[in-house]
Amino acid sequence: MATVDIHLNEETAHHGDGHHEHEHHETNFWTHYIFTIDHKMIGKQFLITGIFWALIGGTLSILFRLQLGFPDMDMSWLKPILGKWIEIDTATGFGTLDPEFYLALVTMHGTIMVFFVLTAGLSGTFSNYLIPLQIGARDMASGFMNMLSYWFFFLSSAVMFVSLFIETGPASGGWVIYPPLSALPKAVNGSGLGMTLWLVSMVFFIVSSLLGSINYISTVINLRTKGMSFSKLPLTIWAFFLTAVIGVLSFPVLFAAALLLVFDRSFGTSFYLSEIYIDGEALPNQGGSPILFQHLFWFLGHPEVYIVLLPALGITSEIIATNSRKPIFGYRAMIGSMLGITILSFVVWAHHMFVTGMNPFLGSVFMLLTLIIAVPSAVKVFNYLTTLWRGNLVFTPAMLFSIGLVSFFISGGLTGLFLGNSAIDIQLHDTYFVVAHFHLVMGSASFFGLMAGVYHWFPKMFGRMMDAKLGYIHFWLTFVGVYMVFFPMHYIGIAGYPRRYYSFTNFDTFNSFADLNMFVSIAAICTMTAQFIFLYNFFYSMYRGKKAPLNPWKSNTLEWTTPREPGHGNWPGEIPTVYRWPYDYSKPGADVDFIPQHIPYSETPESNLPYENELIKLEAEDKEVKVADGSKH
Amino acid sequence: MDTTNIHIVEEPEKQLAMHPRKFSMWLFIVTVVMIFAALTSAYIVRQAEGNWREYELPLSLWINSGIIILSSATMHWAYLSAKKDNLEMVKVAISSTTFLGVLFLIGQMWAWNVLVSNEVYFTGGNPSESFLYVLTGLHGAHLVSAIIYLFIVLFATFRYQVHSKNLAKIEMCATYWHFLDILWLYLFIFLLLNH
Repeated sequence: MATVDIHLNEETAHHGDGHHEHEHHETNFWTHYIFTIDHKMIGKQFLITGIFWALIGGTLSILFRLQLGFPDMDMSWLKPILGKWIEIDTATGFGTLDPEFYLALVTMHGTIMVFFVLTAGLSGTFSNYLIPLQIGARDMASGFMNMLSYWFFFLSSAVMFVSLFIETGPASGGWVIYPPLSALPKAVNGSGLGMTLWLVSMVFFIVSSLLGSINYISTVINLRTKGMSFSKLPLTIWAFFLTAVIGVLSFPVLFAAALLLVFDRSFGTSFYLSEIYIDGEALPNQGGSPILFQHLFWFLGHPEVYIVLLPALGITSEIIATNSRKPIFGYRAMIGSMLGITILSFVVWAHHMFVTGMNPFLGSVFMLLTLIIAVPSAVKVFNYLTTLWRGNLVFTPAMLFSIGLVSFFISGGLTGLFLGNSAIDIQLHDTYFVVAHFHLVMGSASFFGLMAGVYHWFPKMFGRMMDAKLGYIHFWLTFVGVYMVFFPMHYIGIAGYPRRYYSFTNFDTFNSFADLNMFVSIAAICTMTAQFIFLYNFFYSMYRGKKAPLNPWKSNTLEWTTPREPGHGNWPGEIPTVYRWPYDYSKPGADVDFIPQHIPYSETPESNLPYENELIKLEAEDKEVKVADGSKH
Repeated sequence: MDTTNIHIVEEPEKQLAMHPRKFSMWLFIVTVVMIFAALTSAYIVRQAEGNWREYELPLSLWINSGIIILSSATMHWAYLSAKKDNLEMVKVAISSTTFLGVLFLIGQMWAWNVLVSNEVYFTGGNPSESFLYVLTGLHGAHLVSAIIYLFIVLFATFRYQVHSKNLAKIEMCATYWHFLDILWLYLFIFLLLNH
């Protein structure tokens, strides 16, 4: 009865099950590839843009690694690309990297990687692509909003890209853009137009991210197919859902912080500025507090870490279970730990600020809350390991990348225990130890999640298989490379070497690390080069790859019940009904080692557990209801 | 026991599903709440650090609060009329809501004038002064968007697209409007207690 009422009152009732009209839409190049409202194409748009940004972000890191690894190198050969950012000594012809540009490089590397690659490229791609396919929906709750979400991201990307080429250089105050440096255009070149463009770009990015997140949440809650209760959702969807929740709660706070910063920069308010001298000249600003910005920023900034990481963890859960041919160990514990991480992510932000002169008591409270995050994280790690344990492992490239993620999550997570201590943080704060920590646990782990996702869902996205051999080469080079790059940084960091410094050869203390830094730089260049194997594989397979079978990984989730190249609307006929959870792999008694979600218990009497046999009766009633429904329409 | 099971297996999606757009509206409201939560907590944190200039809030804010409460009442009147298919009344009610909304915005501008004449400025002064302008200004910006929304609903009413069987538009508009009303009252009380 209630449903009847709703349908009467809804003008958008056609978003429900019986929605077929889109499949017959005429599409041309513009509506199919550019201004598309099909979630699958939007997901691919995010992916391609993300790959583009990853290349730029990676290249920037190679540039500053050259400076760090080879401080005495003649950089004049980079002059054709970097122009005036390479200063040539007229007498000797020796080229050096402009120190301010070095700061811009690390700033843009961080911004691009955190926001444009690992937020938009990862969550944007897979939330868009997988949510409707895995919950059994024809499209997102609002295809139009979804399109806007991509185009705001595109606009944001365009602005950020332009800022790389302006005369004063891009923003250079670090990706955290702490005032007063970022608030005073006179302080450093990068705080001028570059910073303004950074803020404009981020505002568009926030809009894009919020439009996306709102859509993901309302799709997951409202558009699940029959039988797809929350306790039957694949863990990927749980992860995307919680990621979106974090996004909706934290990005507006960044907006507030950025708004006040804009007022300080361009209108003359003093929210973050007080008693500042530039060139011996006193500024009029009085009464502001730069720490206030840090509080606002990290209230987004810390949850942002989990916005980046949770989708990767969700993807990994799915891939590890599929390729271990075993149910995920502790499905409910996985959901519980993700919920725990979601909640805790909002109450730990001040651990980024232990050394800002904060009250030590407050510091110990945040330390306690921070260390508690180790518990749900450890639950997840143990569940991955126990899923793998004695599984019938299939080492697809996606599986290898997922296992790689688990490895990084452990080795990077352990250093988090040290950094979370407010006392040890006095020594380690802002050193390469921090750099090593977050590049392993957040950067590389999420990047591996992204790669795993691409390798795993490529057959669904493009209807073709990626080359597995190239995938293995790509994996091993990247996996070994990442450890070669980031493991030595722990030692440099413990020695106290601060991050973001242009050069350390002037300090006797750090001279002994010159070799290690050179090693790191060489490893970074090799790892970066290995990514071109992936690029080749990706674009070649898109057109020339082997045609993919319908269910290449013998997986249980709903996306593999669609045609090889699903049209808009995903299923040509009725959307399948879901009867079981997504992890019925190697069920005792079953003929095959996987039973997809849409197979009713009545068809698998040989493997049913006693309580599942009782559900058969309900399935029968369900079918009757469906028949009755069908006759009504 | 049996019946609950049937419910879960049969149509579990129906238990939670609501109008996706209405749901998205609520999520949008959550994001606005987070913006103001951030700003008002920034206000408190900054105030706790001292060096905080105190000043009188203009009296016209009280009148503005009255106006916006009244506009919520007319908005509800519009909704009830639409539910009863009384379309003429809907037009009158939405028009008066729009009018009261614009009046509220003018009132806020007037309050800014009074503040300026009391030497409370947006720029160049203590953050306590700037905060007031940011909070009222940002709320005003959202109210402008709500007024645009009201116009959309008004046009829809003229084209007979708002009636008892098609309430989603006006319901969402009313939700947003009431929310901005409550948000203003929160901000006003917050400022009264903490200015």
